[in-house]
Amino acid sequence: MAAPAGGLAKRRRGGRLWRALRANPVSLAALVVLVLIVAAAVAAPQLAPFDPTAQALRLRLKPPSWLPGGAPGHLLGTDALGRDMLSRVLHGARISILVGVLAVAIQTLIGVSIGLLAGFYRGAVDDLFMRLADVQQALPFLVLVVAVAAVVGPSLVNTVLILGLAGWVTYGRIVRGQVLALMQQDFVTASRALGGRDVRIMLRHLLPNLVAPITVVGTLTVSAMILVEASLSFLGLGVPPPTPTWGGMVADGRNYIVNAWWVTVFPGLAIFLTVLAINLVGDWLREALDPTLRGS
Amino acid sequence: MRSYIARRLFHTLFVLLGVATIAFALLRLSGDPVALIMPLDATDADIARVRTAFGYDRPVLVQYGDFLARAVRGDFGTSIRHQQPALELVLGRMPATVQLMAAALFVALAIALPLGVFSALYPNSPIDRLGVVMALVGQAIPNFFLGIVLILFFSVQWGMLPSSGRGGIEHLVLPALTLGTASAAFINRLLRSSLREVLTTDYVRTARAKGRSRGAIVVHHALRNAAIPVLTVLGLQIVQLVGGAIVTETVFAYPGAGLLLVQSLANRDIPVVQAFVVVIAVVVAVVNLIVDLLYGWVDPRIGTA
Repeated sequence: MAAPAGGLAKRRRGGRLWRALRANPVSLAALVVLVLIVAAAVAAPQLAPFDPTAQALRLRLKPPSWLPGGAPGHLLGTDALGRDMLSRVLHGARISILVGVLAVAIQTLIGVSIGLLAGFYRGAVDDLFMRLADVQQALPFLVLVVAVAAVVGPSLVNTVLILGLAGWVTYGRIVRGQVLALMQQDFVTASRALGGRDVRIMLRHLLPNLVAPITVVGTLTVSAMILVEASLSFLGLGVPPPTPTWGGMVADGRNYIVNAWWVTVFPGLAIFLTVLAINLVGDWLREALDPTLRGS
Repeated sequence: MRSYIARRLFHTLFVLLGVATIAFALLRLSGDPVALIMPLDATDADIARVRTAFGYDRPVLVQYGDFLARAVRGDFGTSIRHQQPALELVLGRMPATVQLMAAALFVALAIALPLGVFSALYPNSPIDRLGVVMALVGQAIPNFFLGIVLILFFSVQWGMLPSSGRGGIEHLVLPALTLGTASAAFINRLLRSSLREVLTTDYVRTARAKGRSRGAIVVHHALRNAAIPVLTVLGLQIVQLVGGAIVTETVFAYPGAGLLLVQSLANRDIPVVQAFVVVIAVVVAVVNLIVDLLYGWVDPRIGTA
């Protein structure tokens, strides 16, 4: 029974996605840019002309090759240690996207589970969740993340874990709210009346209805997490050097901004473009998938 | 009203207890708290003595209780780096941070209010489109990068404004722009959509039928109702500004509490970090309380039930 209906819904959803994409060239452009960025991140080791950590002190702070005085072969110039900026920006994409996606995956897993349980069972589970959410919202996200990152020590795994564990509350709230609304619907009552067990109702009836809002929020959260990761790296509390991170590169370049703008500007633009592309794709998904979130 | 405030205060106390617990946990997460304050060549006997002297050899729950009891009295211990009470140090830096946040909020509203109203009155006009672009850019550009770009142009290239420090109003311009841009972008779009919705209501049509001018309708009828969702996010935006202030103060070497936090984290000066976390939570709680009370004033229907 459920399978054909689900298939139909899926096809209809696909149609809406495609129509929204054709109607809006900006969304299409953003999607293309995002795909290119992700592809560049995946293929960075093959695409990068140089080892991103290889120093060449005689080629310090060389401008991009297309500018006067530029070092041949270094399309985006070199940094203070003579490292190739293009290779570093490409490899930086790996960290940003990896951290963004993994952190959101953890947030989704925890947030959806707890939100589902809280909305379904109400009572003590719900109270505990809401109180936890209150405490988490009492501190600015960045303050919490910065403090914990500094105390436990910066690393890739810690960054992902901190962002993942500190950020699930947003999902929890959204999922809980949606579940509360869904619980009033007839199909849940019907499933109950037919003797459906709690787990079955949650997984077969509630979860599929949550896919659209979770996709939209998840996409927009990836860009938010990329910005937080960049801020952490900028403050020296993210993934530590020599691993190239965009935020870390901007921080390095600050000291040479007067004479060597490219060390700061290219990684900064990379963050900007990536976040912009993800946000635009997120807006497109929202328009197409989730009428309830529209206009916010 | 009184019972509402009482309930809010109780709720706030609970939240602050949670935040204090996080602050306490920070010290435990840092590994051995004694190792933080001891020189590297300290002997085991020295370390054991200090451990006893500071009470770190007691059960964790006892230490937690002790931490809470001291925190209530505003005692977060002494800064390892500055040899000064941690709370005093943080509070001493707060005026600079509050000033920066106020300036950023001013920038955000000064951009967002006129732009939002204009965009709502003239949808799809060039200015409305400019607002869309600004919103996209403002929310995608990392504020540390924006700050550096502003320094590059306004300080380095044109020499118009100082790039760091605190002093006169000229020291606030670039940091406030850096910190306020994202909020400006967000509030502008929100005000636009909420005002457009209000402009389609019956009472606005009635006012129009009575021959009131467009400006008068916006000012007297629409803006106050359109402000409700804006007010809702304003509290959240102010909380965001605190986070942004950490980064902005670092970029501009602005001597506020955010810069103190970053420096204390680098020095593993945990008492200062703990004091900062609790102070910020109190600030956030107060902001939220004020926003809630403002609701009742803007929209009497909401009341305080």
